[in-house]
Amino acid sequence: MAIQPKKHGMPVQEADVRARNFKEVALGYDEKTAVAEAQRCLNCKNRPCVEGCPVNISIPDFITKVKVGDFEGAYEVISKNSSLPAVCGRVCPQETQCESKCTLGIKFEPVGIGRLERFVADWHNAHGNGEITVPESNGHKVAVIGSGPSGLTCAGDLAKKGYKVTVFEALHLAGGVLVYGIPEFRLPKEIVKKEVDILKKLGVSIETNVVIGKTITIDELFNDGFEAVFVGSGAGLPRFMGIAGEGLKGVYSANEFLTRANLMKAYKDDTQTPIMRAKNVAVVGGGNVAMDAARTALRLGAENVYIIYRRSMDELPARKEEVEHAQEEGIKFEILRNPVEILGYKNPADRRDLKNGFVTGVKVIKCELGEPDENGRRRPVEIAGSEYIIPVDCVIMAIGTSPNPLIKNTTKGLEVNRHGGIIVEETTGKTSKESVYAGGDAVTGAATVILAMGAGKTAANAIDEYLSQKQQ
Amino acid sequence: MYKIIKKRELNSTVTMMDIYAPLVAKKAQAGQFIILRVDENGERIPLTVAGYDRNAGTVKIIFQIVGASTMRLNAKHEGAFICDFVGPLGCETKTEGLKKVCIVGGGVGCAIALPVAQKLHEQGAEVHSIIGFRNKDLLILEEEFKACSNKLTIMTDDGSYGRKGVVTAPLKEDIESGENYDEVIAIGPLVMMKFVVATTKPYNVPTTVSMNPIMIDGTGMCGGCRLTVGGKTKFACVDGPDFNGFEVDFDEAMARSDAYAEFERKEREACCNLFKKEV
Repeated sequence: MAIQPKKHGMPVQEADVRARNFKEVALGYDEKTAVAEAQRCLNCKNRPCVEGCPVNISIPDFITKVKVGDFEGAYEVISKNSSLPAVCGRVCPQETQCESKCTLGIKFEPVGIGRLERFVADWHNAHGNGEITVPESNGHKVAVIGSGPSGLTCAGDLAKKGYKVTVFEALHLAGGVLVYGIPEFRLPKEIVKKEVDILKKLGVSIETNVVIGKTITIDELFNDGFEAVFVGSGAGLPRFMGIAGEGLKGVYSANEFLTRANLMKAYKDDTQTPIMRAKNVAVVGGGNVAMDAARTALRLGAENVYIIYRRSMDELPARKEEVEHAQEEGIKFEILRNPVEILGYKNPADRRDLKNGFVTGVKVIKCELGEPDENGRRRPVEIAGSEYIIPVDCVIMAIGTSPNPLIKNTTKGLEVNRHGGIIVEETTGKTSKESVYAGGDAVTGAATVILAMGAGKTAANAIDEYLSQKQQ
Repeated sequence: MYKIIKKRELNSTVTMMDIYAPLVAKKAQAGQFIILRVDENGERIPLTVAGYDRNAGTVKIIFQIVGASTMRLNAKHEGAFICDFVGPLGCETKTEGLKKVCIVGGGVGCAIALPVAQKLHEQGAEVHSIIGFRNKDLLILEEEFKACSNKLTIMTDDGSYGRKGVVTAPLKEDIESGENYDEVIAIGPLVMMKFVVATTKPYNVPTTVSMNPIMIDGTGMCGGCRLTVGGKTKFACVDGPDFNGFEVDFDEAMARSDAYAEFERKEREACCNLFKKEV
């Protein structure tokens, strides 16, 4: 049988429909399509896809199970390496990881590994018997700080090895960026909750409303009997550009805008957290977070949403699929543009005018691409005199974050780099402080869910090795 | 869930509660704040710590019933529970080395000023307190301030109690009469703090203000609480809430504080109707 050159398409909600609701965009394979897609896998000897996976899932093995319709078996293979398969199947940049290495991809489109992973995880959540074998306890206590992707992975891996793990979460809900950052339409929160519930069944306890560094310090955790600590506290303070007008009403960081919409569910009528429902919105930045913010603004009722990005479409750091989805939904890309000022309404005659202090527009300057910078990306060069104004009533800054200072300020002996990221040994996640490990955005600055998971996994192995040796 | 151990109405619009939250009570310091959520669909509201009892494991909050969320909180009775309570957040008020301080409190801000005054009093500093209210009915914490102040001046806008006028009048008199304050600590409405700073600046009396901007996570993630201080973007939740008053851009902070005025008005109306129905 000839190999089908293209991946089986995944049904999605129509662009004009989904642009006005918060339901999931992609709808997932059915069983028949999943089996057909699995059959495209060549099951090649050298298994390059596994190397491309930051958590080394035995990809050909799970696909082989899907081929024969053993979906639960496939789930078992994946869950050996991944604590969050339903999440990864949705938000991993597979095109630059496992799928980029796929042998089939040399000639045709690679196997839709991400889509298959998602199918398997969803099938398990819908049909699995929910039974989990709780491993025998080894009596050792480990603390995990933060319940985002790195923390959940580290907690899950250690729990499977028999450790008694407690996860401390600063917010009122577990999941970190999976619940406050990534929107419902890309990652339904019910899925995150299910993955967290699985960890709880494994014996992981999750303490919400505890801010490590404030409520309890790392040193106090050791006094309380924890033998090792993993810091997965995530990214911190949002960056702003330092241009005039950033203090106006209607200027958000993407973190704030997304937190209001996702964690606080401000898009629902029965919740009490407000969010601006602007008609015209500018989102500054070109990453996945910028796409999420733009598409959220659209779903909140905006008529025009602009992505303002200083390089060209080719340099957009967001996943291609996200950019395509955004374009289909009608997001306008103002590329090779850089904001120079945010403009606000001012009525000097009437200080009580309710419109005072609200955003009215963003002044941008056109750019062209110059010489490559140290990272090889062509540098944007502003074209003098090319400024113009885009009328908007909301501006969302999605230009990155700097690490959160709470833990470094309250933990003696924990070294950070000049950006504030925690310094770790790459192969173990070990920090400068005895028995403390770290990973995810708290180390790298803003990166991806799967890289954070990889770091959580690395640290879990290192913690296990360290504590096993210490015992002897 | 966090239990309301004690509830007391300080006046018709201000309520005090002791919340059982032993981890927070163990660490809380004057000047720090907590964030709470009344129920599952509630917003996260920041409130500055008004006191704590480390042995009993309780944290005292004092809040003004201004909008839907504080209305919902106020509808809870002793023995009831609130959904979330996290802290202590932010940095404590720096009192080290201060020997003579003027505490200026306005309205419900006095609730936050009190633990600072008490702390200074306990460390042996000379404390002068000036507390201001719209009228006699809104006066709170008079006895408590008396107990920790070497001098207490009470101001009301309408003269129904204490002296008539605003808090900056006696402050200016005191400074001009030669009270050499090491520091003035002002906690109250933004406009009050702005005018306190305008009063102290010509005399170059170091002035600390406690900012309470719109906030969500309170841990340095969302950036909603940003302020311009000394020309730089600062975050009240991790850099503050106390700042050097001379450097704060109050006009920007005041403008930003009413970003959701319209939404809040509607929520408040909806909430009023809700509670009316229930009664």
